[in-house]
Amino acid sequence: MNKISAAFSAGKAFVPFITGGDPDLETTEKLLYALDQAGAAIIEIGIPFSDPIAEGPVIEAADMRALQAGCTVDKLFDLVARVRPDIQAPLLFMTYYNPIFAYGIARFIERAAACGLDGLIVPDLPFEEREELYQPCKARGLTLISLIAPTSDTRIRQIAMESEGFLYCVSSLGVTGERSAIDDSAKYMIEKVREISDIPCAVGFGISTAEQAQAISAFADGVIIGSAIVRIAAELGRDCVDAISAYAKTIKQAIALP
Amino acid sequence: MEKGRFGIYGGQYIPETLMRAVTELEQAYERWRSDPGFVSELQNLLAQYAGRPSLLYFAEKMSRDLGGAKIYLKREDLNHTGSHKINNVLGQTLLAKKMGKTRIIAETGAGQHGVAAATAAALLDMECEVFMGAEDMERQALNVYRMELLGAKVNRVTSGTSTLKDAVNATMREWAGRMTDTHYCLGSVMGPHPFPVMVRDFQAVIGEEIKVQCMRFEGRLPDAVIACVGGGSNSIGSFYTFIGEEEVELIGCEAAGKGVDTAENAASIANGAVGVFHGMKSYFCQDEYGQIAPVYSISAGLDYPGVGPEHAALFDRGRARYVPITDEEAVDAFAYLARSEGIISAIESAHAVAYAMRYAPTLPKDRILVVTLSGRGDKDVAAIARYKGVSVSE
Repeated sequence: MNKISAAFSAGKAFVPFITGGDPDLETTEKLLYALDQAGAAIIEIGIPFSDPIAEGPVIEAADMRALQAGCTVDKLFDLVARVRPDIQAPLLFMTYYNPIFAYGIARFIERAAACGLDGLIVPDLPFEEREELYQPCKARGLTLISLIAPTSDTRIRQIAMESEGFLYCVSSLGVTGERSAIDDSAKYMIEKVREISDIPCAVGFGISTAEQAQAISAFADGVIIGSAIVRIAAELGRDCVDAISAYAKTIKQAIALP
Repeated sequence: MEKGRFGIYGGQYIPETLMRAVTELEQAYERWRSDPGFVSELQNLLAQYAGRPSLLYFAEKMSRDLGGAKIYLKREDLNHTGSHKINNVLGQTLLAKKMGKTRIIAETGAGQHGVAAATAAALLDMECEVFMGAEDMERQALNVYRMELLGAKVNRVTSGTSTLKDAVNATMREWAGRMTDTHYCLGSVMGPHPFPVMVRDFQAVIGEEIKVQCMRFEGRLPDAVIACVGGGSNSIGSFYTFIGEEEVELIGCEAAGKGVDTAENAASIANGAVGVFHGMKSYFCQDEYGQIAPVYSISAGLDYPGVGPEHAALFDRGRARYVPITDEEAVDAFAYLARSEGIISAIESAHAVAYAMRYAPTLPKDRILVVTLSGRGDKDVAAIARYKGVSVSE
C-alpha cells in the first residue's frame, strides 16, 4: 500500500498545512517536528509562490512573508532531507506548477525523491494537464494528489478512479480560508467517490474549529487545515510553535471522538 | 492542434474549482460562435454601437517626414470607449447573456478593458465588477471614475505588486467563488482555453478590416503589420488574418520599460522564460525559481509579466518577431504622433508607433506599414506630463 494511503489506516487523519519558510526555515523545521508529535497523519508544506491564485489572504500573506525572508525551493528540499529521518508522517509539497516547471520537471522530481518527499499537491494542475508531471512522479515513487471540488460533478468519477494516495476534496467554492459554515458539498462528493473507489478522502478549505473538524470527520477520512494554522504563525511569528502544537492536538482529539 | 494549444503553449492550468466554468464557457462558445443570430447581433453592435469599421488612415505627413515606407494607422482609438477592447467585451458580454449569466467581472490594467466591460454591461443590462491594482487606480484615476459612472463597482487590489497581474489573480479568485451567475470577461488573449482563442476571434475583425481597406487603397496587402503587445489582444487581432500570408511581416512591440537590460521592464518574450501561470503555458518574466517577476512599464496596459500563448507560438516558429520598446521611445513617439498627425494615441499604442518610426526610414517608399493604434491617449496625458516633469492640474 502507498505510504500516503497507509497514513489513513490509523483512524481519521489530521492533515495540517504550513507555508514553508514562514516566518523562517528554523520555525518551519520546529513546526514539522511539533505537528508530527501532535499526531499529524500527513504534513503539507507549501512552497511559497508570488501569485497563489487558489489561496485566500491568510496563506497569500504567508507566501509573501516567506519569500521576503528568502525561502526557496532548494532550501525547502534541504529542510526535508534534514528532518525526514526523524519524522513519521509522510511529507507533501503543496506548490503551484510554475516553481516545478521553472526548476525543470525531471530535476525537481529527482531532488524531491532524493530528499524523501512523499508526494505533491499542485492546485493549478487539473486532471487534464497532469500527464507531464504524473509520469515522472510515478517513475520516482512520488504520489501526485488529485483534487475534486463542488463543481467537479461528472469529473469526480474519472478523477477518483485515477487518484492515488488520497483524494483532496475541496469543501467549497472560492479560495482557501476559514469559513464559519461549511455546507454539504463535501459529503455529497465523498458519496459519489464511494460509488467507485475506496481511496481515502480528505476534506480541506474552510475548516478551522474543532467542531467543524469533528463534523467533517464523521463522513471524511481526514481533515486538512491550512489557514487556521498559518494564521497562528502570522500572529505569533517565531513563537508560534507551542500554540500550533496545542491547536493541532485539539483537532486531533476532536476527530478521534466517535 | 490539440485542444486549446498553440504548439506547446496554452492549455488549462487552473484550479479544479474553475474547470466547470471554463468547460461551460468552451461549450457555449462552440455553440454560439457560428450561430447566425449571435453573429448578426454582434456585427450589429460593432457597427451601430462601437462604430466599426474603424478607419485605416494614411499618415502622409509622418510617412513623408520619416522618409521611407508609407505608414497607415489602424484607428482602433476611434472606437466607442476609445480602444480595441470594445470588440472583445461586446462579444463576451453577449455570449455571457446567452449563457444566462447576469453579472460580469473583469480585470483591468490601464482601465481601458474595465471601461469597455462596464460599458458593455451597461448596454446589455448586466451587473459589472472590475478588479484593478491599487497602483493602477492611482495612475488611471479618471478611468476609475468613468467605470463608476457606467454603473460598475471597482475593487481595489492591494496584493502583490498591485498591478495588472494581481488584478487577474483577484478576478480569478472571485470567479472561483461565484460562477453560476458570473462570467469572467477576460480582457486579453491569455488565461486558460478557451479565452486565448475566443478573445482572438473577437479581435480578428481588426486585421480583417486592415486587409480589405489596404486592398482598397493600395490594391495589395501591407508589407508589415505592427502592434503593441501586453497580453497581446490588439496585436493578435491585427495579425491573425495575415498569419497565412507569409509575405506580410508581423511585428509585436513589447514594453521594455527602462530597458531590457534593467530590472524594470515587462518584455516577456525578450526577457522571459517558458512557464505556466494564469491558466496558460507561455513566456513569463520570472526568476530562476519560477516566481513571477514584478514588471514595470510606463504603460499600465502593457505592465503584465506574460504574453498570450499564440504569440509565444508565433515567436517560436519565427512567424512574428517581437521588439522591445522603452518608456522613453514610447513617450517620444507619443509626442511625435501628436505633433505630426494631430493624434494623441494611448501610450500602449505609442510603443508600436515608436517601432514604425525606427523601421519605416529603413524601407523603400513603395513599402506599406500598418500600425495599429489600439487606443486613444486622453487617459495618459497626465502621466506623460508627469514623466516630462510638467505640472498639470485638472
